[in-house]
Amino acid sequence: MKALIEFVEKKIQPNFEKGGKFQKFHRSFEAFQTFLYVKGDVTRKGSHIRDAIDMKRTMFHVVIALVPALLFGMWNVGLQHYRAIGLEVTFFDQFLFGLIKVLPLVVVSYVVGLAVEFVFAEIRNHEVNEGFLVSGMLIPLIIPVTTPLWMVALATIFAVIIGKEVFGGTGMNILNPALLARAFLFFAYPAYLSGEVWIETSLREGQQLVDGFSGATPLAMLAAYETEQLPSIIEMFLGTIPGSVGETSTLAILIGAVILIATGVGSFRIMASVVLGGLFMGGILNIFAVNEFMATPAYYHLVIGGFAFGAVFMATDPVTASQTPTGKYIYGALIGVVTVLIRVVNPAYPEGMMLAILLMNVFAPLIDHYVVEANIKRRLKRLKRAPVKV
Amino acid sequence: MSENTNKPKKEELFSAKNRKLLSNPMGKDNPITVQVLGICSVLAVTVQLKPSLVMALSVAVVMGVSNVAISLLRNTIPPRIRIIVQLTVIASMVILVDQVLKAFVYDISRQLSVFVGLIITNCIIMGRLEAFALSNKPWPSFLDGVGNAAGYGAVLLTVAFFRELLGSGTLFGYQVVPNFFYDLGYVNNGFMILPPMALITVGIIIWVQRHRNPDLVDVS
Repeated sequence: MKALIEFVEKKIQPNFEKGGKFQKFHRSFEAFQTFLYVKGDVTRKGSHIRDAIDMKRTMFHVVIALVPALLFGMWNVGLQHYRAIGLEVTFFDQFLFGLIKVLPLVVVSYVVGLAVEFVFAEIRNHEVNEGFLVSGMLIPLIIPVTTPLWMVALATIFAVIIGKEVFGGTGMNILNPALLARAFLFFAYPAYLSGEVWIETSLREGQQLVDGFSGATPLAMLAAYETEQLPSIIEMFLGTIPGSVGETSTLAILIGAVILIATGVGSFRIMASVVLGGLFMGGILNIFAVNEFMATPAYYHLVIGGFAFGAVFMATDPVTASQTPTGKYIYGALIGVVTVLIRVVNPAYPEGMMLAILLMNVFAPLIDHYVVEANIKRRLKRLKRAPVKV
Repeated sequence: MSENTNKPKKEELFSAKNRKLLSNPMGKDNPITVQVLGICSVLAVTVQLKPSLVMALSVAVVMGVSNVAISLLRNTIPPRIRIIVQLTVIASMVILVDQVLKAFVYDISRQLSVFVGLIITNCIIMGRLEAFALSNKPWPSFLDGVGNAAGYGAVLLTVAFFRELLGSGTLFGYQVVPNFFYDLGYVNNGFMILPPMALITVGIIIWVQRHRNPDLVDVS
């Protein structure tokens, strides 16, 4: 291992440094080099401490936390498919089917997104932004498995350029890039992101859909007031329901949440307040219920649609969320409230998580501003009450 | 002989200075991409090329004529009521244009609906009257008006070109995206038809322009 590192540093690195053969590509080289290991740089002066957990490592924790949802999503894709055509197959076959369908989405999202990242890093001469490691994994998890690959590519390009690079790259973006990709698809190709698109139902010869098959998600059923067919709460919690690839299983997402909180990468404040906000709004709607959707128990909202996924992986994005602790509570609670409101009250959008988070992304700096202002005001008041004696 | 030297030389119709009046708004002084005026109509009418073209021409007529009119009146308008006078002139022109559109291209007039009337509130026109026509002679004022309208129209048509091409697969109403594209699975981008995409398209135009002309980048 040591020999390899030395080989890279002695033999390859000089080519990419000033005066080297591939000087132009030194940003790309740097990205690959630090992907494998971080040099033990130390600060030379001042009181700063360099942590080995740089952004690349942080982002990697999120990717690890996403793995349960990804694996479950793959299996669920197969499960839903074979259910739709009424075939009993083994667990392994179900997973294999999902793997074949989901893997291209992941590959396209990563290849296209990273290509754009590298091009921009070279042109604008900044470091390659590691943020896309997470975005690239999130994008395939929040779209239906039936989304055409070229649409995924287009949405990824849009999200990386318009959502991130125009603002100056990772850390500067106002909106969550992965959600922006989904929003782009949602508004550009509505037919591919709503209705009966959640289950892969392409049939081979001799296959046919089972009688009475309906590809509707629990959210769509609720929005249409068809509560008789609703899956049981256990099913919805485990995630054996139609939906976007990675969003269905609240259980798998909870495992991810534990990883995020334990490593300190994700903010438990935001996760908790999103859940509380959703429950609160759901409760209010229960009290004033005039239709079946409004009368649905508030906790249903936590397990259907993308609520759990959004709360754990999207709302907690450290760049676009509020930064102050108090702000995080406000930000999260409002996401929960707005999500449930959009779901139940607005018939045009069955799912509200995406729009709620994007909306609150925009408001996050404002929330922070007022939290900071309030703090300043509070401390000034204290100062006036007890004037400092000089 | 010596009389002529004291008098300022009569300017040619298309002197370098006057040519600049026409060309500057197309480039580094563009009313939309540099001054960021008249954005609302860019968002509203650029779904297709045809209404955009009509809109651009209407604005050109209104701007050219009202610039000349105000320039002719510039020494008689009391400063305190100049805004009202300007508005009256613009409004009269807009009504004229509106009636002409209704008479000759009724369909497009209906498509543009309220936005023809809203030319009155187009900040570009008012801005040019205030900033230029009030203190310049009619001919330069006319050139300035037409130049700015051309700069406005150029951006309008560029945005409309991309929005119609990607959003509906047509140009001026004729299908240009071949059918086998659709057979292969290509789908028109519905987002391009929505106003936010117009804003993003304008943003990209601004980006390209500033990339090519670093003078425009604010160093604040």
